[in-house]
Amino acid sequence: MVGIMGYWDRLSARPGDAPELKVSIEDGSPSFRIEVVRLICGDDGPSGPGFKTRSIASEVNGVHPGRRQAIAIGSYVHVPSLNAIRGEAITFAALVMPTWLGKRATQCIVSRQHRSSKGMALAIDPAGRGGLWLHDGTSEILVTCDVAMREGAWYLLVVSFDASVAKVRILQRPVGGGQRIEREAMEDRSFGLPMPSLPAGAATIAARHDPGAGIVAHFDGRIEAPAIFRGALEADQLARVVHPFEIDLPAIAGWDFSRHIGSADVADVSGNDSHGRCINLPTRAVTGHAWHGQTMDWRARPDLFGAIHFHSDDLEDCGWGTDATWRLPVEIKSGVYAARLTTDRGAEDLVPLFILPPKGRNGASLAFLASTFTYLAYANSHHGYEDPLSEPAYGTLLVLDRIDLFLKERRDLGVSLYDRHRDGSGSCYSSARRPILNMRPKRRIWNFNADLHIIDWLEESGMDYDVLTDDVLHEEGVGLLNPYRCILTGSHPEYHTTQTLDGIEKWLGGGGRLVYLGGNGFYWRVATHEAHPGVIEVRRGEAGTRCFEMPAGERHNQFDGESGGLWRSNGRPPQRLVGVGFVAEGFDSCHWYERTEASFDPRAAFIFEGIAKDDRIGDFGILGGAAGLELDAADAILGTPTHALTLARSTGHSNVYLVTVEEMMSTHPSVDGLDNPLVRAELVFFETPSGGAIFATGSIAWAASLSHHQYSNNVARITSNVVCRFLEPTPFTLPERSPGNL
Amino acid sequence: MDNLCQDVAHLAQEFRARPHGRHSADLQRVLNRMRSEPFAGRYVLVQEHKGQPYRLAQLGATPLDPISYTGDTFVTLDEAEWAVFKLRWRRLFGRDLMIG
Repeated sequence: MVGIMGYWDRLSARPGDAPELKVSIEDGSPSFRIEVVRLICGDDGPSGPGFKTRSIASEVNGVHPGRRQAIAIGSYVHVPSLNAIRGEAITFAALVMPTWLGKRATQCIVSRQHRSSKGMALAIDPAGRGGLWLHDGTSEILVTCDVAMREGAWYLLVVSFDASVAKVRILQRPVGGGQRIEREAMEDRSFGLPMPSLPAGAATIAARHDPGAGIVAHFDGRIEAPAIFRGALEADQLARVVHPFEIDLPAIAGWDFSRHIGSADVADVSGNDSHGRCINLPTRAVTGHAWHGQTMDWRARPDLFGAIHFHSDDLEDCGWGTDATWRLPVEIKSGVYAARLTTDRGAEDLVPLFILPPKGRNGASLAFLASTFTYLAYANSHHGYEDPLSEPAYGTLLVLDRIDLFLKERRDLGVSLYDRHRDGSGSCYSSARRPILNMRPKRRIWNFNADLHIIDWLEESGMDYDVLTDDVLHEEGVGLLNPYRCILTGSHPEYHTTQTLDGIEKWLGGGGRLVYLGGNGFYWRVATHEAHPGVIEVRRGEAGTRCFEMPAGERHNQFDGESGGLWRSNGRPPQRLVGVGFVAEGFDSCHWYERTEASFDPRAAFIFEGIAKDDRIGDFGILGGAAGLELDAADAILGTPTHALTLARSTGHSNVYLVTVEEMMSTHPSVDGLDNPLVRAELVFFETPSGGAIFATGSIAWAASLSHHQYSNNVARITSNVVCRFLEPTPFTLPERSPGNL
Repeated sequence: MDNLCQDVAHLAQEFRARPHGRHSADLQRVLNRMRSEPFAGRYVLVQEHKGQPYRLAQLGATPLDPISYTGDTFVTLDEAEWAVFKLRWRRLFGRDLMIG
């Protein structure tokens, strides 16, 4: 189905950089071919402009030996060095909240296994009962209590093994509070195996490192304060155990997850320095067993956020070997490039790489800002065909392509920020260090492939442009944008960090001219972390069109502690930045705009040059119209400047175009495109006090109309009119008499 | 569902004429119910490559389960929408839609 796939070690690069390409051959071929291409258009559909590339001479072009590369998915904590475990007795303790018992598998909470296979683990069995797993080098055994845990409930689990009396003592006590009726287990079990003697070595939290199979027995759920003690507890001692653990036994290790929450580091507070490190980005900054609303910000009371939520489908980095390193020539032109990977068996993958101009040396006055954070947010999304609400919301039958079918089977490629993990919890992190099979040309018209319509139009128009990216804007700030007079966004620049918004705002404050060629932009707040390159984090909150929301108390980012959710909820609505903001979405059909009186304002004359007075704007296009999918409109209360001109407004949207939830303070029956006037896209223009200007289309579908009728149409004309004027040095001036039409 | 409206055949004609876009309130209610059928067995289309026929399939019991193909194929999305509309009509109203 997918015979070859790959990823670069970065999304963005500059001349002189040496990005590394990682490839896995999935069809059994012994080798593969690389051909570097410049991507012009990715739309190979019957009504699209066609798939267009330009071949690029490159040192990596040619045949390379290859192989299948595996992916070790699932998060855990790796503890490189745990003291030796010897003697006749041991005690494990932890607070645990399982979240996926339905997988019916043994799950390890904390484990130590030697290469001889000898090992021990605090574990739950396939039925969800807590106990002890033990391997004596020949055979293994799992001894548990008789009571099954419930998904989503906290338990204190303490297991004490005394080999001298061949007995395991288990305490499994519900500790989460509330009115649930939960059974406590306090049981003694006879046990036939001796206590294994384990030299110092690595331990694993939330999984087990099997000497043959690698990381296995992943735990799905939350763990807090796991600890290991030398010696066993008597029944009365066991019954008195509470958190924090003050157990009168020598500690081997005791990990406090409330320390270093913002990092991947895990602290051993026993004094034995068995510190660990999170692998594959389990979710931190989540509530522990004692949280009940005391604070919403983990930074205020880290002790209440001492849990880590592990998922067996977390993935940060495939960690594949490098198959080719492309030393980018200093003269290479900025653009959207791709490594075209092929095998003799007909497999193909196109792995994009955004090449920026050399730092501080722009190649044009115009730049396209690729929405790399948004591409990441949607990376390998399963949402469409796993969310039962997709079809009624889309208003059309779901269509799965070959990549969807592949991703459906290959969950080891990780999830997007639109997916739920297998345990049902929402996904907070998305990484670029894996093949992202929906950030590709030749796929459906959405995000990356939709944005190539803009690149195609730029190329067809003969405009000189550079390509910039969100991730570099985040790193370099306004300095990246300063050389440019005009910047174009993509069709759906939805995800931004504080730093990217700051950069754009500062650039606008310096006279920049922004053409926002999309819909539902500048919507969600995301964060990055220098220790996790290529990863973004989102914490969806109480508002916004979303497929899940984070539980209460978990809406502050782990990476930077900032409040997550919508930018609108964080005091920076998109209307304030670009004049329009998200109001509605629907996916069954697209429509057109009709001009308003304001479009005849002399201030807007340059925009409508060559456009007939009664022209419908964009009643054509690959999607059927230029106004569609996700729609934005002006809103003075949310920050649209009062002098802004709403030049045109879309009309005719269907029943499945629905007002977004943050526009409704309570539910009501008039929320669709027939009944609610909020359901419309608006073309908005305004000047800024610094001589710059902003033009916004308020629609994702706009870009898919640019190529209509050989690029000769009113959508392309308006876009061209705007870009050409925005590139002129003449400053825009604020209107004195024309107050706008809000 | 029969009490939704006594004469529903015209809704089928309305849908057939325009599967996507604005619909009457009664047709939209029918479509909302049809499109909200349970996940297990839900109809979906598979088009592995653009331009290929659409293959009708059904989702498994859970997202982990494979899809199964019904054997039906369609050249256009509108044809597929109409075929699935008829299948769902039977589920919803308990009788076949007596329109070609």
